[in-house]
Order: sequence, then structure tokens, then C-alpha cells
Amino acid sequence: MSPLNLTASTLAIVAASVTAAAARDNVQVAGSSTVLPYAAIVAEAFGENFDFSTPVVESGGSSAGLKRFCEGVGENTVDIANASRAIKSSELEVCAENGVTDIVEIRIGYDGIVFASDIAGNGFAFTPSDWYMALAAELPVDGAMVANSNSNWNAVNSDFPDQQIQAFIPGTKHGTREVFEEKVLLQGCIDSGAMDAILNLNGGDEDAAEQSCMAVRTDGLSVDIDGDYTETLARIEADANGIGVFGLAFYENNTDRLQVAPMSDVVPNTASIASGEYPVSRPLYFYVKAAHLDVIPGLQEFVSFFVSDEIAGPDGPLAEYGLVSDPELSKTQDAVANRTLLDVM
Amino acid sequence: MTSPTKSLFVQDERVKRRNAAEKRFHSYGLCAIGVAALALVVLLASVLANGASAFRQTYLMLEIPLPAETLDKGGDRDPAAMASVSTFGYAPLLRDALVASIAKLNIETTLSNKDVGDMISKEAAASLRNQVLANPDLVGGVIALDVLANGRIDGFFKGRVTMESAERDGNTSPEALRVAQLLADVGVLVTRFNWQFLTAPDASDQRPEAAGLGVAILGSLYMMLVVLVLALPIGVAAAIYLEEFAPKNRVSDLIEVNISNLAAVPSIVYGILGLAIFINFLGLRQSSPLVGGLVLTLMTLPTIIIATRAALKAVPPSIRDAALGLGATKMQSVFHHVLPLAAPGILTGTIIGLAQALGETAPLLLIGMVAFVRDYPAAYSETAGLFGEAATALPVQVFNWTQRADPGFVERASGAIITLLVFLAVMNTVAVLLRRRFERRW
Repeated sequence: MSPLNLTASTLAIVAASVTAAAARDNVQVAGSSTVLPYAAIVAEAFGENFDFSTPVVESGGSSAGLKRFCEGVGENTVDIANASRAIKSSELEVCAENGVTDIVEIRIGYDGIVFASDIAGNGFAFTPSDWYMALAAELPVDGAMVANSNSNWNAVNSDFPDQQIQAFIPGTKHGTREVFEEKVLLQGCIDSGAMDAILNLNGGDEDAAEQSCMAVRTDGLSVDIDGDYTETLARIEADANGIGVFGLAFYENNTDRLQVAPMSDVVPNTASIASGEYPVSRPLYFYVKAAHLDVIPGLQEFVSFFVSDEIAGPDGPLAEYGLVSDPELSKTQDAVANRTLLDVM
Repeated sequence: MTSPTKSLFVQDERVKRRNAAEKRFHSYGLCAIGVAALALVVLLASVLANGASAFRQTYLMLEIPLPAETLDKGGDRDPAAMASVSTFGYAPLLRDALVASIAKLNIETTLSNKDVGDMISKEAAASLRNQVLANPDLVGGVIALDVLANGRIDGFFKGRVTMESAERDGNTSPEALRVAQLLADVGVLVTRFNWQFLTAPDASDQRPEAAGLGVAILGSLYMMLVVLVLALPIGVAAAIYLEEFAPKNRVSDLIEVNISNLAAVPSIVYGILGLAIFINFLGLRQSSPLVGGLVLTLMTLPTIIIATRAALKAVPPSIRDAALGLGATKMQSVFHHVLPLAAPGILTGTIIGLAQALGETAPLLLIGMVAFVRDYPAAYSETAGLFGEAATALPVQVFNWTQRADPGFVERASGAIITLLVFLAVMNTVAVLLRRRFERRW
């Protein structure tokens, strides 16, 4: 057990693996936890039906995934980044600096964001203005911005029951939060006329007005959930007044415990989201490195399989799980076949 | 002279107060133990109540005709050509087999054929396809196969899904549950012990019924091997040097403080280190048990060094002095006399360190082991090297499953916790037994 032998054997183990580190034979995916279930379903079906290894799918969030994606090109970097939002130009710049210049963007479909409460509680039918009035930090009242004093839903809209406002919304690190702010709070701010009132007050500064519209109250009636939807569900089950923000797929798997609220009289489901009637939805993407397509075995096949009709089409397993399939799927398939690259400035 | 009037049999005020304080302290102690025991009981009860059902699973016994015209268009039973029929081609066969079985049993139902097909797990098509490809001669005949029932049907027989909840559930219906109950009454549908939970790999969100711990257990095993092979010798060597040979000066004090400090560093820090050194600098593979094992080795080393030093310190100096007095060198005295006597303590410390490493998730998050992995990792492969194929670990699987949308995964996560607890209990029992068996008191 001499120290010399130890060092030698340790080095031998490390060296053996370093020399063997070439030629990875499985596809490596990282990124959004919203896209993760879809990617896992496709990876599973891919492993079953092809002779290639099943891809390894990590989660961790869109931003973290894209950061790893942009670390460089090579065997020890990920091949695919899942994202619940489009890649930002700042991220493209980082990518380009690290030599990741040839990126194929693939839109896999749309994800609906729904508002749901405990199955035993009161039912609601919201409009974006209701949410703005309920959750805004400050509301314009008689020519001044005052702290939001609405504490019960009937103060927001007299049709609503006398129930305390208790919202569980995604925390700021989630891509879902951005969609919630833009498509619900900001929209509600404009619809309710508060936007105009704020513009009058601050002398027409639109950016500041938008910031003010999207600022969420911090007095405890709105709670940021930094975990995932299972945490939101647990909070709602513990608090009968709670109303939470969920992904459509999560709601569809828990319809026995949650009731969904229509938004502007449209009930969210795959049909109403695909047609664009239901307002709160967003596209889901993944990004793949073109330089890896011919190097990593199975990568090209995996990407083509992901967007094929039998997987991502309206009757495929992804739609069954809750993805709203893309009406322009054939364009995406063409982009995959032609390896259409993303414009990098 | 005054004579003492007090009797020892009569307690005065002060003695009474002291005795009362003693009694109070006893009850405080009992309370503390009671609270701890209650917390443990509540935790175990909730885990067992949720997770025990993961070890049982519902199966459908089907007789599935395998028509040659759909499965083998070429007609030459060539597995390579037959592989072009995907699992999507096998699913209708299973559905038709169940529909036929229901018709044969004269069960009246309003379910559509698609709804009947949804009673079967999506995993079933894959296992049927594998069976057929492994044995192409089955085509043209009828195969009897036990396939997994859908997670909702399975939940019904475990009490998780009820007729009332199915009413509101988009993924099943009371009618499907009624048919399932009738099938169970005639023995087509059975619930039995679920070995697959321990052997099968993880499954996607659509098939909670098929998810298992196989990859996670293998990954944990590989990592523990790496930790054992690296941390034990390095830790013991470091501890022996520090305890027996190192001169006592500023430098050795500094090292000692640092080791104690490292033992308390949050484990995620080791993950950051692992990412920077092992993956980015050395170029080892992400998601591999080798990197996971190396990271956990770093994390376990301080624990082992501290335990080993304590064990060495407990060996009385007279043993060393006697050995040196008889002319042994310092190294002989350590390796022939001190180390064997300290071995039980060292082993106990090592096992406790390993148990700690086994339950660790945070550092694995950064090195890509918190992932969806379906393929069993090989211990050695040409391309990936030793322990180089992607894997997950037991605590990681718990973490992953608690995040899934389908309620079936709650049961799986609790089942995984039970499995992890059993492993930990076994390791800690071995540690206690070793100590009891070999420890010597001086």
C-alpha cells in the first residue's frame, strides 16, 4: 500500500479513461425542464426502434442548457439544447465566440400555460385584466400609482366569489414566468386601460410603463414557485384558495385533482391552442449543432425522428402527452433535412 | 457544641430542589428522544405508505397473434428487415389481442377499441417487439405474453385511482376500471411482485408503470466501487502519515484545520470542482459514473481521514513503544501493530463515508448525472473506457421522479427511497457489526 503504487494506479485509471474518451456513441441533450418530458418520450421511442443508444436527456432549465450548448464544439459538449424560448442574441454571441456557429433551430410545437385551482374549490373564468388587477404591485387610481389593495377576488371582478387572492406563479428563473408576464399581465394592463393611465402619469415613458404593468405584488398574495409544477400542485392542495400556473401537459395528467379556468372564455386544450384562440401559449424549441450531425452516431436520425409525423404530429405520442403540435411541422422537417442554419450575426 | 439535628432520611429544601431538577432533566431527555422517534416514524410511515405499492405491479396476460403479413413483409424472417416495423406497428396487435380477449370473456363494454388499447402500457409494444426480433420464428403464430397494464389501471388496484377520480381524469374512465375489475375477477389481469422495479431502466413520463431503478442501482454501484478503490487507500495513507509520521508544526496544523474544514464544505462545491477539473480540463465524459465516483471520492476523503486518525489515536502508545523497543522501525510498528488494531475503526469510518456518498445528489447535478438514462451502463466498453457510460444514481432517481407530472411517479419515488434506505441500513448495520466484532477497548 505504498503511496507510489497508489499514485500510479490512480493515474492509470484516469489515463485509461482519458485515452478512451473519444467517439461518444450516445446523443447528449440538456436544457429546459418543460421540454424534458417530450425529449424523454422521443429518446425512449428512439432507443426502442433504432440500433443506436438511447440519448441521455438532462434538465436544468433553458438558460443553463443553452449555456452548456455554447461551451464549444466537441465530444465533451452537449449536442442538443432544449429551450422553452427562442435563443437570445447574447447567447448566440457567446456561442460564436466559442466556435459554435452552425446551429439548426427546431420548433417542436407549442405549450399552453393554464390557470388551475383545486377540484373542490370555486370555479373561475378569467380575463387577462382580472389577473392584472389581482397581481399588479401598483394600480393607477385617481391619477396616482397606489399599492394594490385588492385582497379578494370579488374586489377584482364582481362576478367572482368572495375568495382570498392566493396565486402560485412560476419564479423568475422559469421561462414560463416571462410568458405569464407578457401574455397575461401586460395584456391585462392594456385591456383594462391601466396602460394608458400609467402613460399619462409618467409622461409617455413606454418602457417604464411596461415594467410597471409586469411588476408583481410582493405582499404574500402572490407566491413565486421556484420548483416545478409538482410543488405548485402541493401548495394548491394545502391551500383551498390557491390558484396556480401550470403547463397544459401537467394539467392534463392531473385532471382528477385540478380544475382549469378558461381565459377570455376559451378553455385551454390542444385544439384551442393550435388554432391560436387560447391566448397564453409559447413555442418550444431545441437547438442542434450542425458540426455534430455527422460525427455523433444517431444524432441526425434522432433529430429527424423527433420531428417526424408519427412522433410530433397531431396523433403522435407528444400530442397525446400535451404538446400542441405545430401546424407548420412540414417546414420544420424540411429545415432538418436541409440543415437550415440559424442566422448568426 | 451543637449536635446535628438533621437526619439524612429527611430531605431538606435544597436536596428536594436538586432531586426535582434531576427528574426534570430525565423527562427532558425522554421528550427529546420522543420527538426524534416521532419524526422518524412519521417519515418512515409516509414513505412506506406511498412507496410499498411500487413493489407490486399489474399485468395483463394476453395471447397475441403475430401476423406475418404485417410483421415480416419479406417473408424470410430476417431480423434486420423485420426491424423496420416500429413499436407503432406492434401497438395495434396488443390492442386487438385485448379486444379479442374481452369479447371472448363476454364482457359487455362501451369502450372504443382505442380506449381498450389505452389500458395497456406503452412499454408493452417495445417488449413485444424485442421478443419477436430476438426470436423471428414466432411470427405467424400466437405468443402468450404478460404485458404491463397502464399506470391508471395499475393505480386502481393499488387504491390510488378510484371510480370518482376516474370520472374527472382525462386519461382513464370508470368504464375502463370496471372492465379491468372484471378482467381481474377471471384472472386475465393479475397484480404480483414487481422485480422490474429493481431491474428495469427509467421510463418516460408516459409510462410510470414501466419505470425502474436498474440503471440507477448500477450507477450507484459503480460510483461506490470508484470511491472505495480511491478514497480508502488515499484516505488511510494520508491519515497514517499525518498521525504517525508528520512532524508537529505550523504546516501540519494548517493541513489538519483544512481537512476538518473540507468535511463541512457543501457537497455542491465538489460538483463545481468536478465539472471544472474532470470534465472540462481532463476531458472525462459527462454523466459517467467515473466522474461521479471521483467527485464523491473528494467528498468522502475528509470523512475517512478524520475517522482513520481517530482510530489510530485510540491505539495506546504502549503498543508502539513496545514494538519500537523490540527494534522495529517506525513503519514496521505502524503496519504490523497499530494499523491492524485500528482496522475496525477505519472500516467503520469508510462505510459511513460510503453511505454518505451513496445518498448524495447535489454534486451529481453539475456533472450531468441528473438525467434521463435508459441504456444500462457497461462497466467497461471500448469507446467509453472504464465506468465511462452514462448512468444515474439512486438519490438522483428519487429527485427526477418527484418532478414528473404523472401521479404514478409519486409511488415510484417513494419506492426508490425505500430501496435507498434498505441499502443504507445494510451498510450501517455492517459498520456496527464490524465494530462490535473486532473493536478492542483498552
